[in-house]
Amino acid sequence: MSTFVREMRGAYAFVERNVNLIKRYWGWEVVWLIYSLTNALAITYIGKGMGAISGQEIDTQYVVTYLLVGALIWQYLSVIFYAISEMIAWERWEGTIEYTFMAPVSRPTHLVGTTLFAIGYGVVRTLAILAIVAVFFRLDLSGANLTGAVFMLLAGSVSFVGLGILAAVLPLLYPERGAQMTNAVAAILLLISGVYYPIETLPGWLQKIAAVSPATYVIQGMRACLLEGESTVKLSPTVFLLIGIGVLIIGIGLVVFRYVERYAKRMGRLKRSG
Amino acid sequence: MRTVALEVEGVRKVFVRKDRTARRRGLRKVGRKEEVVALRDIDLTVGRGEVFGVLGPNGSGKSTLIRLVSTLLLPDGGTLRVFGHDVERDPFAVKRLINRVSVDAAFFKKFSPIENLMYAARLYGLESGEAKAKMRSIMKRLGLKEETFNNPMEHMSRGMQQKVAVARGFLTSPILLLLDEPTTGLDPHSKRDVQAFVREIREAHDATVLLTTHDMDEADRLCDRIAIIDEGRIVALDTPEGLKGMVPSRDGARPTLEDVFIALTGRGFAEAEAEEVSP
Repeated sequence: MSTFVREMRGAYAFVERNVNLIKRYWGWEVVWLIYSLTNALAITYIGKGMGAISGQEIDTQYVVTYLLVGALIWQYLSVIFYAISEMIAWERWEGTIEYTFMAPVSRPTHLVGTTLFAIGYGVVRTLAILAIVAVFFRLDLSGANLTGAVFMLLAGSVSFVGLGILAAVLPLLYPERGAQMTNAVAAILLLISGVYYPIETLPGWLQKIAAVSPATYVIQGMRACLLEGESTVKLSPTVFLLIGIGVLIIGIGLVVFRYVERYAKRMGRLKRSG
Repeated sequence: MRTVALEVEGVRKVFVRKDRTARRRGLRKVGRKEEVVALRDIDLTVGRGEVFGVLGPNGSGKSTLIRLVSTLLLPDGGTLRVFGHDVERDPFAVKRLINRVSVDAAFFKKFSPIENLMYAARLYGLESGEAKAKMRSIMKRLGLKEETFNNPMEHMSRGMQQKVAVARGFLTSPILLLLDEPTTGLDPHSKRDVQAFVREIREAHDATVLLTTHDMDEADRLCDRIAIIDEGRIVALDTPEGLKGMVPSRDGARPTLEDVFIALTGRGFAEAEAEEVSP
């Protein structure tokens, strides 16, 4: 059997396992979907109510679309981030981590399988939320550059795969608190990346941090595509920048993961569940 | 000369853990950690096709030794080689040759046995059709009923779950099988099923078995040679008969492995277990 076939079977193991987890924990999925949907609706209703809040006449349709794009893109990116960062946390919770780490599967293969699932799951989930939200709000995408948006989203996914790998080491380092720490990482990205407001609204020091968050460029690029209809050619420097940042973060993530895995094996931290 | 399946040379493992009494003893924060030595300069060699037992009380270092061979822990000193592959330098080659069954049947609890075993099969690169046929055959051989194959694991008894764990260990046809107290907590019938299967696998598939246990009878019945381990040290290593020959018989009765343990450590097995703290 060739190494490639064996590794692909290994990668598929993680896709199939995650699909089975969704089937077996479907109740959680429903709750999580309702939570995400109501979040997106609540945020978008803030845009609809802006005129009433401020007492001034504003372009409500633009604000609603602005917030909705932010909410949906964040839904997608956070699903990618959580699906990858939880690749260790799930195994810890179920107690199977030692068996997975003992199997002859390389960590990049582990990652490929988890990423394939994460992207597929992220797309399906975001489209489901979009379909429901479209009942509540009129989303005018007639002038949008949808091809550019797809490129931008795929390029942004690469960075979030890398960030997910970096966050996945937390449950290895901190068996009891690691999974909760990934929530803090996601919350910080949400705060600084201009998901619901322009980053110029933030204090100067936070704007400097926002400049190194890949989410900032994904969100800005997606708004440029969907709201302004920016051409794909004009957006290509941002797409290549995002791919470059993504590849760099994935590289760093794999090195850090390898180091932390060795540390966990040295300290005996794979054994404990929490 | 028989091929060497496992070589363990001068292996040492130390765990660092928080010393919960340090604050009371007035130690500063940096000093509030203590070292627990789990294994002290362990040397042993297991030949291909051998069933080698590691017998010791809870906390004596048996599971640590298994985890080191499984590549789940890194040693603090010494070397471990599986069929010539260094466990620390070439873990990938080692992983292809081994599998492990541990005392805790760790599974995705809401998955069925088939789903759990298929996950394991794919991780080891097995083809789906071949894996399905093999897992069904092993589970049937272990006495599991076919109607349970697709039920969630959480609805199965401890004994049934452990049998699925044994099936997972054998599914990948490892040439070195690591059995870490595989029958602990099983009812006598399930225990016999698992023990019979270990014997059968060894005879039919030329597998080498490293078995840790604190069940003296199990070690006596299954193992070609036994290392008695206490406080991270091997205190004796021989065939079951050789070990029993180390102590004189009392009142005409043949000595048991328990008698050997008492003679070598000065303590009974239960007493040793009460003293030990798992690392």
